[in-house]
Amino acid sequence: MSLLIVKPGLLTTVQDGGRRGLQHLGVVPCGAMDRVALALANALVGNHAGEAVLEITLLGPQIELEEDSLVALCGAQFEASAGDGDLPGDRPVFLQAGMRLNLRRAVRGTRAYLAVAGGIAVEPLLGSRSTYLPARFGGLEGRALLAGDSLPLAADAARLAASRYDRLAARATSRKGVHSVRWSVPALTLPEHEPIVLHAMPGRHHDEFDAASQRAFFDSQWRVSPDSNRMGFRLSGATLARPQGGEILSEPTCLGTVQVPANGAPIVLMADHQTTGGYPKIAEVAGADVPRLAQLAPGGTLRFALCTLAEALELRLALKTRMATALRAISWEYGK
Amino acid sequence: MYAEFSETLDLEVNEALQSLAFTLRARAPAWVHEIVPALTGVAVHFDPEHADLPAAPLAAAEALIRECIDAMPSRAAGRTIEVPVCYDPEFALDVVEVAEKSGIEPEDIALRHSRAEHFVLMVGFSPGLPYLAGLDPALALPRRATPRTRVPAGSVAIANLQTTVYPFETPGGWSVIGRTPLVLFDPARDPPSVFSPGDRVRFVAISRIEYARLK
Repeated sequence: MSLLIVKPGLLTTVQDGGRRGLQHLGVVPCGAMDRVALALANALVGNHAGEAVLEITLLGPQIELEEDSLVALCGAQFEASAGDGDLPGDRPVFLQAGMRLNLRRAVRGTRAYLAVAGGIAVEPLLGSRSTYLPARFGGLEGRALLAGDSLPLAADAARLAASRYDRLAARATSRKGVHSVRWSVPALTLPEHEPIVLHAMPGRHHDEFDAASQRAFFDSQWRVSPDSNRMGFRLSGATLARPQGGEILSEPTCLGTVQVPANGAPIVLMADHQTTGGYPKIAEVAGADVPRLAQLAPGGTLRFALCTLAEALELRLALKTRMATALRAISWEYGK
Repeated sequence: MYAEFSETLDLEVNEALQSLAFTLRARAPAWVHEIVPALTGVAVHFDPEHADLPAAPLAAAEALIRECIDAMPSRAAGRTIEVPVCYDPEFALDVVEVAEKSGIEPEDIALRHSRAEHFVLMVGFSPGLPYLAGLDPALALPRRATPRTRVPAGSVAIANLQTTVYPFETPGGWSVIGRTPLVLFDPARDPPSVFSPGDRVRFVAISRIEYARLK
């Protein structure tokens, strides 16, 4: 049982809920950049939230299915087809063996997640199947997928696909060989319009930046630089100055930490960020807003809105509630 | 949550916080999923989605840290490990430059480096990369003005009062004075990293023949 990669796309990697408990050895969680889309895609095919999926970036892959499969595509909206039909997003889709998926390009958002019932069955390393590109391990040989790759699926993936799709029969529909349903879940992380607004708390070294820089950080518009990647999003816009700034001793960093190196251009740390860093931290992006940032492409614009820790926790709770509503709706469709 | 104990790098403070990190690891409840000792403090990462997360997680994390400070032993329970290093000029890419700047002969650089006891202050930046205290002050030099674009995996390098060992081939600005044949980070191994925070380290000088045998 496997998925055959005919064309790999721009950057397609295996990702899951990430690695835990090894940051003291320099291993970051990595995992899907948009955890919300990951959880929704998995739920739509009946997997648990952190199962391994394909993370697809801007230009998608062509994939041939070796067996009958139940798949779901969440996160970025792609121009996508399955065989001769369109591949609809944000819902479970049953496809027969031999079908070719063609994910052409993202029309909204940046990162899509393709979940398959039973999950992608590459060997877990250190408790996760996520690809960790900087150290080249995890996923498939620690690298982005290439043409000709064969990705293992669960041994019972075809059986899971049939039995799970059976439970959705009441509101199923079929067109040009693409079997799907007449409902979908809302995309919770796609940008409505740019600049997107990210809530951020002042970081440990915020007060060491000069007043103009503090204002500029929260008042001005930022653009995601082309040299952004899964480690961090570099932002261009104002130049931030920390006048009495000496060197900082390396200290732990988090997903969403905003560092400012000596050149004054901030970097938001993303899923593959280093565990410790020696640059001053001007802000910490609220965890609930990181998945929306993951959906911005280079050139995308954003603003930061000052928030408190309590507000950041409220945002997390609000997102959790929206997620729970979507997950309940999926469970209901599965007749659970 | 990050608990900082000093604003400057201090070996005693770092040893104490390694001891704290060991104690935290032994006592941490399930909602704490990372304990990350760094140069001057310890970060406690918790899982905001965990079912057992207390209503006031920051206060609970602070209480946990205080409890562990009271309970921790005075000396970190780290291991003592030996790491073979070949200081041959073939691997010691910057030894000539270090010798020129420090006024110490290359053979003496190897001797001074290998006879000191080093201490893992932190593992970070990339998987398995240690920041080691204990360098002979006579060898303390600033980082290279121009970082090397490719430092070979296993390279033992010094800067200021510290030593590091590069687990992977990466760019790097420290002066390379030797190379270890050990695979420093292997995700298929348990534990995956040769170095852990709080370890005491001795570098054992080996010949090129021993290097080749161990490689």
